[in-house]
Amino acid sequence: MSESAREKMEFDVLIVGGGPSGLSAAIRLKQLAPSAQICLIEKASEIGAHIVSGAVLEPTALKELFSDWNSRGAPLETPVKKERIMYLLNDRKSIQIPIIDWMMPNMVNEGNYIISLGDFCRWLASEAEALGVEIYPGFAGSDLIIEDNQVMGVLIGDMGLDKDGKPGSNFTPGMELRAKYTIFSEGCRGSLSKKLISHYNLRKKSDPQTYGIGIKELWEIPSDLHFPGYMQHSFGWPLDDNTYGGSWLYHFGKNLVSFGFVLGLDYANPWLSPFGETQRVKMHPALKKHFKGGRRIAYGARALSEGGFQSIPKLSFPGGVLVGDAAGFLNMPKIKGTHTAMKSGMVAAEAIAEALNSAQIEPVNYQKRMQQSWVWEELYSVRNIRPSFAKFGAKLATVYTGIDSMLRGKVPWTFHHRQGDNTKLDPADMSQPVCYPKPDNKLTFDRESSVYLANIDHRDDQPIHLKLKNEAIWKTVNWDVFKSPESRYCPAAVYEVVNADVEPTLQINSQNCVHCKTCDIKDPTQNINWETPEGGSGPNYPGGM
Amino acid sequence: MKVLVPVKRVVDSNIKPLVKSDNSGVETDGLKMSMNPFDETAVEEAVRLKEQNIVSEIVAVSIGEAKCQDTLRTAMAMGAYRSILITSDELLEPLSIAKILQKIVEKEQPNLVLMGKQASDDDTNATGQILAGLLGWSQGTFVSKLELTSDKARVHREIDEGVQILDLTLPAVITTDLRLNEPRFASLPNIMKARKKPIETIALSDMDIKTTTRLEMLSVKEASTSREGIILNSVEELVEKLQNEAKVI
Ligand SMILES: Cc1cc2nc3c(=O)[nH]c(=O)nc-3n(C[C@H](O)[C@H](O)[C@H](O)COP(=O)(O)OP(=O)(O)OC[C@H]3O[C@@H](n4cnc5c(N)ncnc54)[C@H](O)[C@@H]3O)c2cc1C
Ligand code: SF4
Repeated sequence: MSESAREKMEFDVLIVGGGPSGLSAAIRLKQLAPSAQICLIEKASEIGAHIVSGAVLEPTALKELFSDWNSRGAPLETPVKKERIMYLLNDRKSIQIPIIDWMMPNMVNEGNYIISLGDFCRWLASEAEALGVEIYPGFAGSDLIIEDNQVMGVLIGDMGLDKDGKPGSNFTPGMELRAKYTIFSEGCRGSLSKKLISHYNLRKKSDPQTYGIGIKELWEIPSDLHFPGYMQHSFGWPLDDNTYGGSWLYHFGKNLVSFGFVLGLDYANPWLSPFGETQRVKMHPALKKHFKGGRRIAYGARALSEGGFQSIPKLSFPGGVLVGDAAGFLNMPKIKGTHTAMKSGMVAAEAIAEALNSAQIEPVNYQKRMQQSWVWEELYSVRNIRPSFAKFGAKLATVYTGIDSMLRGKVPWTFHHRQGDNTKLDPADMSQPVCYPKPDNKLTFDRESSVYLANIDHRDDQPIHLKLKNEAIWKTVNWDVFKSPESRYCPAAVYEVVNADVEPTLQINSQNCVHCKTCDIKDPTQNINWETPEGGSGPNYPGGM
Repeated sequence: MKVLVPVKRVVDSNIKPLVKSDNSGVETDGLKMSMNPFDETAVEEAVRLKEQNIVSEIVAVSIGEAKCQDTLRTAMAMGAYRSILITSDELLEPLSIAKILQKIVEKEQPNLVLMGKQASDDDTNATGQILAGLLGWSQGTFVSKLELTSDKARVHREIDEGVQILDLTLPAVITTDLRLNEPRFASLPNIMKARKKPIETIALSDMDIKTTTRLEMLSVKEASTSREGIILNSVEELVEKLQNEAKVI
């Protein structure tokens, strides 16, 4: 279909992505400019269906968005009551790290709530709709519309194409959504945000972004073993000292336990499997008892931005802004990004509400306002903590963290992230293969049965949304040097090596993809490109997730 | 010609719902809900007939909680002109549903009721047949092809022996098989327009219909998962296993 024949729609502000940042931006805009036409699109089949998070919510930004959040029925049912941090020495022993408020302000969770971020987003969406925001789940922003070097909106992709990209019997052409300003709130490693960062060279003055992958399981456990408000984190075993990561485990809601594992994507051993580590850590006595008599009801995975302050790109460009995890506002020592994502969406809304009146092309005040906000101060104060783990290893970094935190980050140095995570893998033959225990299907599982619980829907004959830019590189680099790390790091078993003994070839089971974006980040030569599949495709994470 | 299309809100067919821990039913809280895929086929067929100028008006109707509005909006985004929502929090059996639809048919006077042959949640496959009986209309069930003229419908029915072709006089109730067509994607402008189309809401309690419950759900269990297979290397190994492990020969 030719460009000009595409249908067009115009709005004042277009928001791409219905996570906490996009929804908060929408709400704030309507509060400030009630008559503005605001459209929000979300690639998931419904709001919340692609959200994977812990999630412990620090309600700071929420209180600023709605001072009466409580009476509006925000789903914050479980206040944090008790927390523990454990260092796992080996597969049996652990020590509990004391949480000292004045020393480790980032680790204290009093006043926070354990929530399902998906449910929280569904609630935010209902508030936004009540204010008149037009929300369209099931539509993915597939490309940018840039004219005269200004972002004019996005394209939503065609629907009903067959495998070869030809219109099928229920073909529906995509269309242009145009707006005076477009807010990109795609979350970590957004596919359009990635294009914007490169097109406008937004990282000119910042470090590369670094990432982690989080794999999550939702469990339902017997009520007599459920302690709503209990949260624990672990680090140490099963990872070695040079690999960053750990588990979380939160009791919340009605007999629910949110469990998961975060692994820094700067890991070096190509044999490592984030999924395997997630399964293995559950076997530790400090975790195992929490799953007794329970059943696993949902599974998902998502990358998160770990780079922090040093990796924040320039935030605005002609015609739009980056907000939330798309810009990288996650506070890694806290493992929290929802409050900062919400705040950045709100600040962007304030800058855009101003700009709407002044006909400014680039909403430049967003950057300034962010720099004056508590987000900047918060991220600045913890800037050295995550990089210290890469620099010193986990044990020494823990000591460093204690000192740095006591000083609230007021040290005269800043540790930098020099290179992207994709450059960090060692060759396979120089690394120690990792052997993971066989799943017992009660506590530990394989990837196939896990992905089943993500309720994935990718219409079978649609064009493949994961592409190798150069097919030949897979054999010479991914296979010959690293022995196909993607077949291990992908939490959904999308990448499979067939015919390994004779003529190894990569098979891409793209219909299994849970949209975590890890392959787009970790592929050694960035040869894998993740694009949005047909709108509404992907996981359908249920309520509680 | 006017067509009435009943649509049911069900757990989305991509979701694997879990049985409640007390086996009293299926957990639907927080799950994605969608239009019953069989009904989606019915809506699509009605819209195609409208595009061919055979049908002039499509009215969608749904029965259930207020959220069924979403299902009606989907039907209208696909092409239905307006909707009727009968609100009720009761768990209704096919007979009750058919009685309600009978009332709506009497009020709306359509020439054709086009509906899914079954719902993907309870799979009862009864409402269309009961409705045709109550109305005394012709019925064509499990339809995989439909040719419609102003007074007659030729339907192809999917049956065990193959395809049965029937001519029905109108008015009629026709229930659709998934093979009938491939439903369209609602486009964004059509979803937008559908938000402005009218939904008439009627409370079931205002309708003077007896909805006695005749069925009792005893318990719901998860289907037993099949045991894992193993691949053997030789016939000898198979014989050995059959003799010593399975002890069948
Ligand atoms: C495993 C894990 C645990 C976490 N734990 C916590 C915690 O305990 N507390 C906390 O505060 N934070 C936590 N976070 C961080 C928090 O979840 C994120 O910071 C937050 O969700 C970021 O919000 P966002 O709106 O920027 O992006 P997201 O929440 O990622 O939302 C982005 C949305 O945009 C959609 N989208 C993306 N691209 C497109 C496109 N092209 N077109 C249409 N739609 C698109 C996505 O489907 C998604 O719905 C955790 C994150 C992870 C991964
Ligand atoms: S294919 Fe890539 S984005 Fe999809 S689940 Fe696997 S690693 Fe994640």
